[in-house]
Amino acid sequence: MRESLDQWAFVWAAYALGIVGTLAMVAWAWWSMRRAEARRDKSRER
Amino acid sequence: MHGFANPARFLRIARWLTPACLVAGLVVTLAALAYGLFAAPADRLMGDTVRILFIHVPAAWLGMAGWTTIAGAGVAELVWRHPLAGIAARAAAVPGAAFTAICLATGSIWGRPTWGTWWVWDGRLTSMLVLLFLYFGYIALADATRGEGGGSGRVAAIFGIVGAINVPIINRSVVWWNSLHQPPSITMGKSAIDAAFLWPLLGATVGFSLLFAGVVLARMRAILADIQAEARLRRKAMARAED
Repeated sequence: MRESLDQWAFVWAAYALGIVGTLAMVAWAWWSMRRAEARRDKSRER
Repeated sequence: MHGFANPARFLRIARWLTPACLVAGLVVTLAALAYGLFAAPADRLMGDTVRILFIHVPAAWLGMAGWTTIAGAGVAELVWRHPLAGIAARAAAVPGAAFTAICLATGSIWGRPTWGTWWVWDGRLTSMLVLLFLYFGYIALADATRGEGGGSGRVAAIFGIVGAINVPIINRSVVWWNSLHQPPSITMGKSAIDAAFLWPLLGATVGFSLLFAGVVLARMRAILADIQAEARLRRKAMARAED
């Protein structure tokens, strides 16, 4: 018996995973850079 | 290349290039993915699942490009002692691993409706999984053997160069071994993909590559800032101890 699958469910799952994963990585890289640069600037003041 | 060996000069360029890459990357990627989702036609054989191509292929390309960056930076670190090469290699490891994981996950999601299975132990999938494990090993090794200047260290640089043998294996795996995975559709100067799929695919690849470049630059700036803060605190502690 041939299994019927909703193709769009797989498409949405792949897009959600790809987009959320990429955005999470961009946000992590940006905020860790800002935090590190703020720490460096603070070390100048001490 | 040695013009960028000066961290101060690199930071001057990276300060405007990082947000420029990230913003341009977000705009181009989202536009290409929206086109792929809503405007590109369904494929005659694969139906709507062909749209996964626009995420899966750029992720695969960046997974391999990330390791090529690590290997190239390893050579620059060992041969020319480029002060930023080790930092660039360390910065490329996490985004490279993330895109390799996205490639494997989206490929698995694509495999279920197309091949009838989530996973097969064939040449392409297995060599891509090996690449993910190589990234994990490199991240751990570079962290454990971090050099004085914040680079990845000599052992990690050698690991990066030796691990690069896996990149051509991934690329040629579908030609060398029988596989459920299709053979390459785009080769040097030739494409078997219809223009309706090729243009959004190129757009998504350029967009994701810009995001990758932006993330690598941001990671390099973070590593350099950590080194500068550490050095300053160490100098102050030594001055205090001498008083």
